Parts: sequence; structure tokens; C-alpha cells
Amino acid sequence: MNFPTDLKYTKSDEWIRVKGSEAETGLTDYAQSHLSDIVYVELPEVGAEYQAGSPFGSIESVKAASDMNIPASGTITAVNEGLSDTPEVVNSDPYGQGWIIKFTLSDPKELAALMDAKAYEAYCNERG
Amino acid sequence: MNQVPLIYEISSPGRCGVTMPQSDVPETEVPAELRRTKLGLPEVSQIDVVRHYLRLSQLNYSIDTGFYPLGSCTMKFNPKINEDAARLPGYAFTHPLQDPLTVQGNLAIMFHLQEWLKEIGGFAGVTLQPAAGAHGEFTGILIMRKYHLERGDTKRKVILIPDSAHGTNPASSAMSGFIVKQLPSDDRGNIDLNALRAACDDTVVGLMLTNPNTLGLFEEHLEEVVNLVHGCGGLMYGDGANLNALVGIARPGDLGFDVMHFNLHKTFSTPHGGGGPGSGPVGVSEELVDFLPGPIVAVTFPDGEDETPLYLFAEPKKSIGRVKSFNGNFGMLVRTYTYLRVHGPDGLQANSMYAVLNANYLRVKLNDKYPVPYDRICMHEFVCQGKFAGSDVRALDVSKRLMDYNFHPPTNYFPLIVPEALMIEPTETESKETLDQFIDAMRKIADEAVKEPELLHSAPHNTPIKRLDEVKAAKELVLCCMPRDFEEKALA
Repeated sequence: MNFPTDLKYTKSDEWIRVKGSEAETGLTDYAQSHLSDIVYVELPEVGAEYQAGSPFGSIESVKAASDMNIPASGTITAVNEGLSDTPEVVNSDPYGQGWIIKFTLSDPKELAALMDAKAYEAYCNERG
Repeated sequence: MNQVPLIYEISSPGRCGVTMPQSDVPETEVPAELRRTKLGLPEVSQIDVVRHYLRLSQLNYSIDTGFYPLGSCTMKFNPKINEDAARLPGYAFTHPLQDPLTVQGNLAIMFHLQEWLKEIGGFAGVTLQPAAGAHGEFTGILIMRKYHLERGDTKRKVILIPDSAHGTNPASSAMSGFIVKQLPSDDRGNIDLNALRAACDDTVVGLMLTNPNTLGLFEEHLEEVVNLVHGCGGLMYGDGANLNALVGIARPGDLGFDVMHFNLHKTFSTPHGGGGPGSGPVGVSEELVDFLPGPIVAVTFPDGEDETPLYLFAEPKKSIGRVKSFNGNFGMLVRTYTYLRVHGPDGLQANSMYAVLNANYLRVKLNDKYPVPYDRICMHEFVCQGKFAGSDVRALDVSKRLMDYNFHPPTNYFPLIVPEALMIEPTETESKETLDQFIDAMRKIADEAVKEPELLHSAPHNTPIKRLDEVKAAKELVLCCMPRDFEEKALA
């Protein structure tokens, strides 16, 4: 299982990559492996605003459908349109080509509440 | 592969299966522009049709062919006497628009069923209209909405739902225009009381609770849960999907539930899904009876108390209105009435007790091979995990392999809070011998999972159709009712 150290993580298994006030989010390797084959990703509208921890879209695998929650408050600037045709990219490259949304952070201080790679890895091991 | 050709593929022009009888009503001229000249129906003889569908039915797996431990679905046997009763001409050949005076027997069935469901559930009123469990949920939430609005309370927008709930609960809430707030479970599988306490305020419409929950566990702090929800002015909605654990033992109305749907196709032995329409009557407490969908069936005694009763339709005072045309799925009501009459109060209670006993028997015979994350005395079902040390076999592989042993797989990957979940519900239907055969198969599969994982990854091996490509099935939603070349020829 892969836990890149340059990312921060949520308890609901999203990762966030921050560059200044811009952020990118997707699903973690742990989450994609537990969901198994992903068949559908429901994306939000560009321009939509979300509060930290609220659902911005949903993801469906052959096993289950789940909400995806935004790690920090912000406004959507881009969504990964390619996932409509090839949602399986979230399985094959969760931290790269499988990114889901880009957004501007409205309160970067919120990031302090998120887990680093080490804490997230421990959280995943705990759940088995 | 043991493929059966489509009925269109055995079609031959000019072949015919039946001779139409002479019309016994006057002919009406259908305007030419409304007429079709080609229908595109298969042309087959009667024996072709009989063989075709008999063959398909032989490939089917059903409760009549074997054990069907599909958790949360209560796949109990559907007694054949139910079918006899539903086919009696007095029920089968009546029309819902008939004058009530000509269908007093049908109305009597509905009235008594309302009364008995009230008694079983501990409720003050019942509607028989909803056509399925989720439809019952939707009806119940609309009743809760109307209750708050009638009190002039317009700020309630939130429905609380535990993370172990059936997916229909949030769907019914969202359809009714409410916001869903999910509550976590504690480490014994109950609602997390602190999270519930924090969520209870004057925006709460109510809590939707399945009890026993989808882990098959009785909510241990139910009294406190009910007090918290009622304390903030909210209502308790009971998802009656798991009522088979409680009939004749505890009444949801007495436990503090204000509204609950019954699944007649689960608890009360009417057929599921393709076997017949569902039916999801809703019971409500005294404060909510005026909001029930109308009409309901009422009784009067025009010639005095000891004389013949007269059954009539009545409209609740502040009814939310109809939720279904006519009188619900009436055939299912007759079957349920029959089931209740056949078993009586003691028999119904015994059924629930055996359902709980059977589930606990399976749980303790399997929990060394299949870990049970919330391992305490369960009710009518339990959830274990299909994962094995040193093997990459998953719950899905176990389910597929069970088919090779001639068992229907349990529900898998639900509830969502248990990774690699296998949700097993035997019901009271099965004998100890059948349960032992199932235990034997499950234990063999657990050993295979470690010794021969490939056997499970590629299962099933003994079924007419082998392992399906689930990704392709979920992504490529291509459905057609007839082969392309037939369509082109038939409709050309």
C-alpha cells in the first residue's frame, strides 16, 4: 500500500496535495483497494463551494457506492472529466492520473487538522 | 457454456402457439393511424414456449430449490397455501372499482390485516397502500413531514441515519426533500450515543433506525436513543426490514417507534421481487393516525353490534393523500392474511425464535473461520468477514464458490461498516440438517481459500454461466429485448 509523504489525508480516505492556495484531491490507495473495481465517479460542478468534510461527489464500485468528502473548505476550479469514460484510473493511479477535483482553499489553516502519511498509514493498519 | 437460445432465435414465420377464442364483446374499429402492422413478436408453437420457459426455470435458483441465506432479505419459504388463497375467485376476479358492497370479503381481509399489523407492531393505525419497503419508508417520512408542518414547525430539515442503515433510508429522506446526517456506530455495533446527542436539535425531523440493525444486533441503548430523539422534538422511524427477529416478542410501537413499515415479502412470507410485487404497509402511533394515506378500511355495524358488519373506505382527517392507485398490492395482503391465520400468535412467535436460534447456531459454528467483528448474541442474522490470513481471497470469491456447493450466496459487502462483509440470514425455514450442510460447505471453502485460492478466484465452476465480468456489467449498460437481426427483419 502506497502512502506518499507529500500529501495530507482525511479519516474518510481522501488525499489532498497543496500548492499555495490551490489544492488537488483524490481517493487514497487504501480506499481504491477496498472499493475494488471502480465503475462510476460522480463529479461536482466547477464553481461549487463546499465546507470541509462535506460530500462533493460519489464513487461507485462493483461492491458499493460512497460519498467523497472535501478535505478542506473551498471552491472547485477543475474536475477530472476523463473519469467519466475511464473511472478505473482511480484504481490504477489514485495519486496521479486518478485525481478527482482541484479547488482553491478558503481557509488553509484547516489543513492542520488532517493526518500526515505516517498517521494515515497507522489509521489504515488499525482498520485492517 | 450451457446457453439457452433466446425465444426470438427459435421464431419461425407463421408458427403459432394458441388459437384465439371468438370475441364475446362487440368489435370496435381502431383508427388506422393508431394501428401497427408489425409487432416484432416471436412466432413459436406452444411446445416451443413451454420447453423454453421450463428450461429457463430449471436454471433458476430459488427458495424452492435450495437454501437462500441472503442477509437482510428474509428469504423465508413462501407457503403454497398462500397461493391457493390468493387464487380463490372471490379475490382473484374482483376489480378495485367494484362497489364496496359487492366485495365485502375483500374489505374484511384488509380490515383484519390492518388490525393484526397494529397488534403485532404496537401501533394505532396502519395503511396497506405502499407497494414495497422503500415505498413504505417514503410514505412514513411524508407522514413525519406533515406532522411537523401541521404543528407550524417549519425549520426541521434533518433526518438522522446510522452508518449501518439500508441505502433506501437516505434515498427516501432525500426524495422527501430532507438533508441526511449520518451517525457513526460504536464498537459494539450500536449507534454512537455521543454523536446522536450532538446531532439532536430543533432541526431534526427524526431518526431512521433499523432494529435489530443490519449487523443483526439489537440496539442496546434503545431507550436512551428514543429519549434523545423525542427530547429534541423528533420522531422515531423504524425500518421494519428486520422485524422477523421480533414478531410476538417485542412490539416496535411499545419500544418508542412512531412510524414503521412492514415488509410483507420478508416477515410475512409473500414472494420477493420477480416472484410477485412487494408490499410495505406502514404503522403509526396515535399522534400520527390522522396523517395516514387514504383511504383505509373501516367497519360499522348498521344493524347493531351483533349483526353483520359493513366494511367501507374511510379517509383519515389530515391524510397526506394517496401513495398508490387502488388498494395496494391486494394479492399480497391475502397471502399475508393467510400466513397470519395459519400460524396464529404462538406460531408467529415461534417462527421469530427459530429464526434467531438458527442465526446464532450458524454464527458460533462459523466464527473461528469467518471473523465476526461485532461478536455477541445476534438476532435473526449476523455479519462475518470473508478474509483469510495469508490469502488474497475475498468475500466475493466465497460467495461465488458457495454456488458450486449449491447454496445461494449471502449478501456481501453490506453493511458498509464491515470490510469484506458476508451477511447471513437463515430464517426459521431451514432444518438443522440444512444448516449443517451449509456450515460444512462454508468451512470447506475457508480451507480452500488458503490452500487453493485460484479455485475461489475463478468460481463458480458448476453453474450454467461461469464467473461474470462485474465491471463490464456495471459499465456497459446495453440492454435489448430482441436480437438486432430479428428486430431489423420483424420491424422492416
